[in-house]
Amino acid sequence: MPLVTIDDKTIEVPAGISVIEAAQQLGIYIPHFCYHKKLSIAASCRMCLVEVEKAPKPLPACATPVADGMKVKTRSQYAIDAQKGVMEFLLINHPLDCPICDQGGECMLQDIAVGYGGVESRYAEPKRVVAEKNLGPLISTDMTRCIHCSRCVRFGQEIAGQMELGMPGRGEHVEVMPFLENQVNSELSGNVIDLCPVGALTSKPFRYAARGWELGRRLGVSPHDSLGSNLTVQVKNGRVMRVLPADNAAINECWLSDRDRFSYQGLYAEDRLTVPMVKDNGRWIEVDWATALAQAAGALRMLKETHGGDALGFVAASGATVEELHLLQKLARDLGSTQIESHPLERGADRAQARWLGMPVAEINRLDRILLIGSTLRSEQPLLAARVRAAVKAGAELSVLHAANDVQNCKVANAAIAAPSRWLALLSEIEQALHGAPASVEAQAMAASLKSGANKAVLLGAVAQMHPQADALHAKAAAIASVCGATLGFLPVGANSVGAALVNAQSGDVFATPRKGYVVLGMEPELDCADGAAAMQDLAAAECVVVLTAYKGRATEYATVLLPIAPWAENEGGLVNMEGRLQTFNAATPCHGEARPAWKVLRVLGNQFGLAGFDFDTAAAVRAEALPEGWVNGLNNAASAVGQEAAIVGEIEWLAETPIYAVDAVARRAMALQATAAAAAPVATANAAMLAQIGAGTTGGKATIRVRQAAGLAVEIIVRQEDCVADGVLRIAAGHWHTVSLGARMGVLEVEA
Amino acid sequence: MFKWIQQFFKTFLLVELLKGMAVTGRHLFVRKITIQYPEQHTPMSPRFRGLHAQRRYANGEERCIACKLCEAACPAMAIHIESAPREDGTRRTTRYDIDLTKCIFCGYCEEACPVDAIVETHIFAYHGEKRGDLYYTKEMLLAVGDQYEAEIARNKAADAKYR
Repeated sequence: MPLVTIDDKTIEVPAGISVIEAAQQLGIYIPHFCYHKKLSIAASCRMCLVEVEKAPKPLPACATPVADGMKVKTRSQYAIDAQKGVMEFLLINHPLDCPICDQGGECMLQDIAVGYGGVESRYAEPKRVVAEKNLGPLISTDMTRCIHCSRCVRFGQEIAGQMELGMPGRGEHVEVMPFLENQVNSELSGNVIDLCPVGALTSKPFRYAARGWELGRRLGVSPHDSLGSNLTVQVKNGRVMRVLPADNAAINECWLSDRDRFSYQGLYAEDRLTVPMVKDNGRWIEVDWATALAQAAGALRMLKETHGGDALGFVAASGATVEELHLLQKLARDLGSTQIESHPLERGADRAQARWLGMPVAEINRLDRILLIGSTLRSEQPLLAARVRAAVKAGAELSVLHAANDVQNCKVANAAIAAPSRWLALLSEIEQALHGAPASVEAQAMAASLKSGANKAVLLGAVAQMHPQADALHAKAAAIASVCGATLGFLPVGANSVGAALVNAQSGDVFATPRKGYVVLGMEPELDCADGAAAMQDLAAAECVVVLTAYKGRATEYATVLLPIAPWAENEGGLVNMEGRLQTFNAATPCHGEARPAWKVLRVLGNQFGLAGFDFDTAAAVRAEALPEGWVNGLNNAASAVGQEAAIVGEIEWLAETPIYAVDAVARRAMALQATAAAAAPVATANAAMLAQIGAGTTGGKATIRVRQAAGLAVEIIVRQEDCVADGVLRIAAGHWHTVSLGARMGVLEVEA
Repeated sequence: MFKWIQQFFKTFLLVELLKGMAVTGRHLFVRKITIQYPEQHTPMSPRFRGLHAQRRYANGEERCIACKLCEAACPAMAIHIESAPREDGTRRTTRYDIDLTKCIFCGYCEEACPVDAIVETHIFAYHGEKRGDLYYTKEMLLAVGDQYEAEIARNKAADAKYR
């Protein structure tokens, strides 16, 4: 290992690392703009120039590999002169409008100009002005401030896998811009805001809202996907002003998906519920907590006594915390009900198991072979998709089985694109091919891919989990994994899907039969359940529906008691992510209005019923009871159910994914996210053959059709041709008001003329 | 012995008294420096730090750009600012309050301001009848600025050469 001396300190470092990294190990800071630990080396800003002994000129520390016996001086007069010169050049075309710049106070250029720049400017000529670019509703631009470090361009190319920004032009004419006036639509685009060392790319929702120095920092955990990204929640005056990533190499590294970054806007939606409300003769009146809780408990007790425990159904969002779900299932069981639903989207008996990724998240990067079954990975788990991309870039082969051949952010080695009804057969073929039996070409290719390689994984995504044959798919995937020696993994749907199963909050099937009373926790059943229309019907027909929610939404149509609970930033608790890691968080801001954390509400509700074991003082105490020592052993991916579900029979199958920004109540209310292209009103997409079949093929690719499921109401929707969709499939986004009445997801559709 | 004699004569010749009376008598004819406040005022430095004002540009546009440096510089935490983009996209304050009961009139806000928007005027004689009267909002500060703009500009010009 080479021995280098930097500023008279000597250190032995691994060969091949750069001088800037070696200096970092010694605790010596070298100013830089374009260098970033997770990105490739561009050496375009020249700020990190240092003096290297025997070198004829100053060398960029980020692009100079260490050599044995190298002597580097970072603060010699020679190096200082070089840095000062570079800084003067960088500032020539920089507008120096720090007072109106959102980056002011947290700007690398500001800091380094003060630390390493000259005292005054010698430049009096006119400065260059660059036209603004429209990068969509999330990123605001001030391109005149750009210093062309190319971090944003490299991020798109290397990490996000969507090269949406480029840097055409040379010299004075170089500009960062989106291609062909497109907007930036990547699901990770917000990271360029963090990467930009100046104020050229800033957050649009946060524009001019606050200064970095005014904001308090609280740690948080993302509630939108099961990765559980670590957040730095920045608050001011009891409000979340913005969300930044918190570094965690094991989970989200230093990145954050747009959904996690911008969802905070939804916290302050107009229909936020801030006081308990009860329905009195068809009218909603605001009441105090005691009245609301007494009324809820009274009504539920009466139903239980007259109709039995199973007349009560308990439904919770899969993003609810461990504490909330534990208390909910405890309440349900103490009231004699076995009907608890915490996996409302997934199907099959196996969903009661704590199905997890099967490996640590960081292991994804080291996989050699990946078989991804039924997953719209980029919208389900945006940051996991970035890890899969990293694995593929390092040589992994990705095989995909899905009903639509979406643009992945990496190279797909084998893709089997087929209607969901054929998935089971295709998996069987792959299994046969692994055993050496004859099979179709795609199955052979996938089997060949899975046979080679050392680290392998078979991953089941959200679509596979809400597939009508979910248990059978699970069993088949488990068989494939065991044949080829791969790890079987699940991509859990909700932020706490794993934790919900661990605390036993999934049993029975709440919406299988109509019930007399319901308790709904933190969700909008019409959008968050596999069959929203049926859920809505059952709830409307029930005698008592107690809804613990942060938003009124449509709950006023079916609820009898509305209890305001704290959404994620105001809540405390723990979430178990996809790798089985329990992450706890405290409230970042005080509760809005009279809202209270749901675990406290459930605790008091338990007291109202006079139940024993509801005397918790802290969330930690609830957590300790919910997840006793050794809970990690509860993680279980084994296929236990037989998996003999009925096959899907029908000509037009509905591919019903949840759009990226419709996963929960908070994300659905985040204005900026809802203004993105990914959150546009749902349209039906199908391939040319399908369009011809439904008689919409001749209208130039944009026609309106009426779709319905056998029993449901018809929905009018625009249909568009997209050839990535499999034969026999109509792809319509679920989890949206417009498509609720289509009924059970992944069902069979009929198209009316 | 000599001191004792001196003391003896001083006790009945009233020398000290006459010395004192001489000072009084002299000042009877000296030019007076008492001023008749409030009709008359003492001269003031252009740097005097009195009541705050928010200034406008000649075209009526408010100067403040909501950079929040004054808020950050204020050692008494007397300034409260909220900002947002205006309809035309520029960065503006939606709220700019100075609590004059907290203010210690150090002038740091004026020093920090990159656009000379917040200034301290010559006004030192103002009052509030309730505590809340001394909580100055943006409208009140702009009104002060509008009224005294000529004087503020004169003082700024007088001090400019020393900056």
